[in-house]
Amino acid sequence: MKRVLVNEPVCMGCHLCEVYCQLQHSKHEDMVKAFKREPSRPIARLRIEEKEPLFFPLGCQQCEEPYCVNACLTGAITKNSDTGVITTDEEKCIGCWTCILACPFGIIRQDLLRHKSIKCDLCQGLETPTCVANCPNEALTYTTIED
Amino acid sequence: MTHLPKVKYLIIGNSAGGIGAAETIRCADKDGSIAIVSDELYPAYSRPLISEYLAEKCSLGKMLFRPLGFYEALNINTILGKKVIRLDTKIKAVQLDDGTEISWGKLLLATGGIPTIPKVDGLNNTGVFTFTTINDAKEIDQFIKKGHRAVVIGGGLIGVSVTEALVKRGVKVTIVEMKDRILNTILDEELSAMATETIIKHDVRVITKHTLAEVNCLFGTDSVHAVTLDDSRGIPCELVVIAIGVRPRTELASNAGIKVNRGIEIDCFMRTSHPDVYACGDVAEPYDFVYGENRLSPIWPNAYLGGRIAGFNMAGEATEYQGSTTMNSLKYFEMAITSAGVVTPPDDSYEVLSRKYDHSYKKIILKKNGLLAGMVFAGDIEKSGIVFGLMRDRVNVLDFKQALIAENFGFLSLPEELWRQRLKTAFYPQFSKRRLVKTGVL
Amino acid sequence: MKTYVPPKFMIIRDPARCIQCQICVNQCSFDANYYDIEDSEVRNRDENCVGCHRCMTFCPTRAITITKNPLEYRENYNWRSEDIEDIWKQAESGGVLLTGMGNDKGYPIYWDHLLLNASQVTNPSIDPLREPMELVTYLGKKPDRVRIDRDSFDLETELAPQVKLNLPVMFSAMSYGAVSLNVHKSLAQAATEMGILWNTGEGGLHHSLYKYGNNTIVQVASGRFGVHAQYLNVARVVEIKIGQGAKPGIGGHLPAEKVTAEVALTRMIPRGTDALSPAPQHDIYSIEDLAQLVYALKEATNYTKPISVKIAAVHNSAAIASGMVRAGADIIVLDGLRGATGAAPKVIRDNVGIPIELALASVDTRLRQEGIRNQASLVISGGIRNSGDVIKAIALGADAVNIGTAALIALGCHVCQQCHTGKCAWGICTSNLSLTKRINPEIGARRLSNLLRGWSLEIKDMLGGLGINALESLRGNRLHLRGVGLTDTEAEILGVRMAGS
Repeated sequence: MKRVLVNEPVCMGCHLCEVYCQLQHSKHEDMVKAFKREPSRPIARLRIEEKEPLFFPLGCQQCEEPYCVNACLTGAITKNSDTGVITTDEEKCIGCWTCILACPFGIIRQDLLRHKSIKCDLCQGLETPTCVANCPNEALTYTTIED
Repeated sequence: MTHLPKVKYLIIGNSAGGIGAAETIRCADKDGSIAIVSDELYPAYSRPLISEYLAEKCSLGKMLFRPLGFYEALNINTILGKKVIRLDTKIKAVQLDDGTEISWGKLLLATGGIPTIPKVDGLNNTGVFTFTTINDAKEIDQFIKKGHRAVVIGGGLIGVSVTEALVKRGVKVTIVEMKDRILNTILDEELSAMATETIIKHDVRVITKHTLAEVNCLFGTDSVHAVTLDDSRGIPCELVVIAIGVRPRTELASNAGIKVNRGIEIDCFMRTSHPDVYACGDVAEPYDFVYGENRLSPIWPNAYLGGRIAGFNMAGEATEYQGSTTMNSLKYFEMAITSAGVVTPPDDSYEVLSRKYDHSYKKIILKKNGLLAGMVFAGDIEKSGIVFGLMRDRVNVLDFKQALIAENFGFLSLPEELWRQRLKTAFYPQFSKRRLVKTGVL
Repeated sequence: MKTYVPPKFMIIRDPARCIQCQICVNQCSFDANYYDIEDSEVRNRDENCVGCHRCMTFCPTRAITITKNPLEYRENYNWRSEDIEDIWKQAESGGVLLTGMGNDKGYPIYWDHLLLNASQVTNPSIDPLREPMELVTYLGKKPDRVRIDRDSFDLETELAPQVKLNLPVMFSAMSYGAVSLNVHKSLAQAATEMGILWNTGEGGLHHSLYKYGNNTIVQVASGRFGVHAQYLNVARVVEIKIGQGAKPGIGGHLPAEKVTAEVALTRMIPRGTDALSPAPQHDIYSIEDLAQLVYALKEATNYTKPISVKIAAVHNSAAIASGMVRAGADIIVLDGLRGATGAAPKVIRDNVGIPIELALASVDTRLRQEGIRNQASLVISGGIRNSGDVIKAIALGADAVNIGTAALIALGCHVCQQCHTGKCAWGICTSNLSLTKRINPEIGARRLSNLLRGWSLEIKDMLGGLGINALESLRGNRLHLRGVGLTDTEAEILGVRMAGS
């Protein structure tokens, strides 16, 4: 299975990964429209944690034994048995925020407008997650992890 | 009397614990027969969603905990709408209410709980409901009209959730809470006050330090038209919802000679006093690492995980339950609050640290030895899981306790060695072996 | 005190395209872009903008561009705005005006007055895609004559230590502290991959780079920073630095802000103090002293490594170079007027030293005249911009060239001349750990290797066009050059004929 790995020494905290994640999960393909024409700002699934000079792009670790899946009250968060990718079904999510309490990395975000939990889905449908593709310093890689 | 073929894994209860066990067993054992018996007629549904149902936000189909076809896909036999009335641990069989007998190899008791009913008069009348099953929600849904007045007895999570649903349906609600504040087991005084203020803004009346004395009907009818409190005060209403608590359904176990405390006693492998009988969920008493003892833990995620661990053990993969504690998150009335463990310390031996910000409130409760005993975050909750993770994994936070409640608290606020180590636990193969279910701690 | 110095640049932000992502804010190390929390808007402090273009490059919607402040002074040929503002700065500070990078003034660039030949009809061109082209260059002392065994054809003459370069381009000396460790890693990796050498400069060699020793030139400068036994032994070439083109006659200067713990450790000096190299090497007061140090280093390294001596190109370069060769130097390095630096007094950078083209021509001519040209390799530097400059340098007589500024530009440098502040937004000439991350050595090495690869293909093309297939045939062959726009004296010193003749 493939995961996004962080080469932390070369993350410079530019936040471009966040911006492209926002674009990817918006309703537009043009960045200006994505940020200016939607009712609320798109939400990035990963966040740069900062403690200068350390920067760390922290996103879903796609845990082997996922706390969020085990905590979900509605069964909205599930783990794909083939790819191991953990995704949320936005239809089923009721925004109870239990997964947010369960996640030891604090990577699940609240969409307060739609009252849903938001998490990284490794850009299902793209060959390479957009954060990896757009990091200017190659701090993110999409790598195969041996089981 | 029908006798079904022997079931290798028999599970009583079709909710969080039952499903957790069933799907885990099927992962570990591709062929062994699995059967689930439940007295409810529905496929497993998410119990917390019944308030969404009542508020008319989702249909029955949306409430299913697992997708349609789940049981068939995993080859799990379901016997729905039947109640187990007798358990015989000597011959390893159960008897259903229609006389059917089922023999089993391993048994899981995931029978959950039923609402606690107060000893007052008038509860048999039309208009009195409990609120723990989908049928409860259906009945209330069909009963209420806009403009009705309701009295909700109990200001805990269930009481507040049904209140929100009723308010959305245009019902005027009064909450009657026995203690001095609502949500007293999961919130501290400050947040209880804030929650009360928020709820009152939605035109809900909150009465504390009182209990229900009697439910009153119109003379000559059996329709509720008021309740009387312990101070003789009367509150007119058309419906009453009893939400003072839930007690574990331990009768099957105790009648079969299995050791029962308040709930069914289990060890760290989820085993009861009988080696082939397991228990999990609201009916059992798993180990609580904050209190340092086994006690009831009626929390959906804990029930699911307890079922999962019971499942591993039933299928022969010895897995230890690392202990859990209460964990709750509130979203009612647009609030966002996450809380876990002991929120109001019982004595002075705990250190309490809290900070209030413009739009958030953070509090942690530490034992003197530096382990987290409790936490509650309101408003800015997105990183609260990091703190809960430290609590769950029993990390000593003495050296950086102030950082945990800082406004800009983040993953990197932890000491570098600690956060690097925690990242490794996510998916490095050597840490992922199920044996290590340190993850089995919720 | 209120400053009279106006902003030099203005940040122009298109509000229609700005998505308030604040990436320009987090990337600007000069605090010229900032976020106003009260008004929830990204704004500028133009007076802090140095024109490094970091914000513009990283803006995901291309909402930013940088322009010169269109402030008008009354036209004055003698008093340019820069002269006026320099006086204000000194009136306000009372100090020496510092700057970074190389001389930016309008002195003639002789590369742009030299043109190459090409084969037409007579002596046909060679197609580099079909015939092998020899770019390999050996640096080191060449013997006066060689003796070969008649039967085995083995070389009998013992050669002085030689260094093989796959192409005649090396990386100039840039000290650790002036540039970041990640820049050193990029240079070392690229040099190793391309089969050339890089130079530690006068800041010592970080221990993590010892593994690249075989491609490393270590410098022994007047401050003797970081010079110890292992430093010398790990290297391929040891270089004595007498001077550099950016500031001939004075020593290196690393401001205290850039002396971090790691830099201090590598240089063997206290942390947070200015690292000032003395103007002269205090044990070299004459050519004889230089000879002593050269041979001391040869002894210390067991005569296995070529010893290089680097001087700035000054008036008497030819005579000095002759002395250096006779003092035993295996490699002479000349650094011209356009040579860059991390920090130098502006007045010295802009007014001291001579163009490298003239120095090269005169040194090469003099050494040939004295019959000692073979005794040392000649390497030049100072504003080499492209492969055209490289080829012309070879034709004028150089064995190889060093690139400094060009290498940093490949890494991202925009030549904004703020190196001395230590705030380089490109992460190149800074010690600030948040900024140095901006150079990923893997990417840096790749970009440098790409540059060298491109240049070597171009050099092969030009050689092929000249009808020659080995650099040796071009080296010092000034007949392949013609001048344009040169005075007679310039043409004479350069040793080239005018185009058309």
